[in-house]
Amino acid sequence: MQTPAPTDYVRATSVANAIALLEEHGEEARILAGGHSLLPMMKLRIARPEMLIDINDLDELRGIRVEGDELVLGAMVTHREVLESPILSEHYAVFREAEKVIADPLVRNRGTVGGSMCQADPSEDLSALGAALRGTVVIQNSSGSRTVPLREFHEGPYETKVGPAEMLTEVRFPIRPGAGSAYEKVERRVGDWAVCSAGVFVTVKDGVVADCGIGLTAVGAEHFCAPDAEAFLIGKAPTEENLRAAAKLAGDASDPSSDQRGPADYKKHLAEELTFRALTRAAAASQGA
Amino acid sequence: MQVTINVNGEPITRDVEPRKLLVHFIREDAELRGTHWGCDTSNCGACTLWVDGEAVKSCTVLAAQADGHDVRTVEGMETEAGLDPVQQGFIECHGLQCGFCTPGMMMTARWLLDHNPHPSEEEIREAISGQICRCTGYKNIVEAIQWAADHPATSEVNA
Repeated sequence: MQTPAPTDYVRATSVANAIALLEEHGEEARILAGGHSLLPMMKLRIARPEMLIDINDLDELRGIRVEGDELVLGAMVTHREVLESPILSEHYAVFREAEKVIADPLVRNRGTVGGSMCQADPSEDLSALGAALRGTVVIQNSSGSRTVPLREFHEGPYETKVGPAEMLTEVRFPIRPGAGSAYEKVERRVGDWAVCSAGVFVTVKDGVVADCGIGLTAVGAEHFCAPDAEAFLIGKAPTEENLRAAAKLAGDASDPSSDQRGPADYKKHLAEELTFRALTRAAAASQGA
Repeated sequence: MQVTINVNGEPITRDVEPRKLLVHFIREDAELRGTHWGCDTSNCGACTLWVDGEAVKSCTVLAAQADGHDVRTVEGMETEAGLDPVQQGFIECHGLQCGFCTPGMMMTARWLLDHNPHPSEEEIREAISGQICRCTGYKNIVEAIQWAADHPATSEVNA
């Protein structure tokens, strides 16, 4: 039987209150969002917070909206809300494609975007998506808030720029008219963590790639992205040959470990192949194919 | 801490440790043992119930989080009008063998049909993809849910 270690519990009444509670209880306090990463970690006793600060009552952290030229997701937006959001699908197919393969419907009912980002699992699908779209996160503390690019957000596995007495409040993505996007994932079984996933966007203008982003998860790519592959594609026609060459560079950006999900060379192959498939579909979508 | 959880419409107030999982509150405190406790790791879905109308895995929710909220368990499926069509479907189509996964499967099935009354086989399989039937009786479970979709609650079904 798995049971969390003894802990205390309090419900925050506002973001300011949650941050004040974090300050009051120190480093052994944790924010409890959807709980679908934290509670399993607590049951395994890998995490032993002494105080849980539940932010489920904070409506200010909910909702998906367009603000200027950005898509804004509150930290408490659930995976299901992302999956079913017409606003997100209108701008990027990749949201729906990625969410469809994140965990299972019941977990998606409860798990949140902010929670997944802060858990920062090295196999997190949203990390690949966030890196591909060059999203940002808003981190708040008692003296104000700051915006951090998702490509600088991760300090390492399970470590982020969110410090003690701070919380992630929003995730933001730039809107790119004319962009196509796609997500490709290989998993051992439905609902599992990725063996490898690739998320991309491509904007084709006048027959050449004007902008693109490539995100990879579960394969040890630094900051979940493949900048050399992106740089290679800019200004080039999205031909099969060029997309293959970019995908090869994405494979080179990966640095996977062999584990129960597969040997390293297999995962490197997946990084390349899944990037190619995603780029092919995204480029076609951008060209209205 | 003291929590009050509305379980199948009835408020249940108990003193619990903050670390207590909702599945254990339902089984030990509310004494409703229809909700099964399976894998402990949010993989098997035997503990699926509803919180505020959403199907969730209750081994991954604290009882404290459900304080003041509405929980519906498999015991709340049957109404005065009779069995829920999902329950009837599991009978008609032999949707269970050992029965361990059944309560969770039925709660997810009801949640699916409330959101999507005419799901395709693929949509049914997707809906129960977070649940494990160790008897591997998925075919009959899918058929049971299809039966329920084809027989929405009517006096005929519930007669």
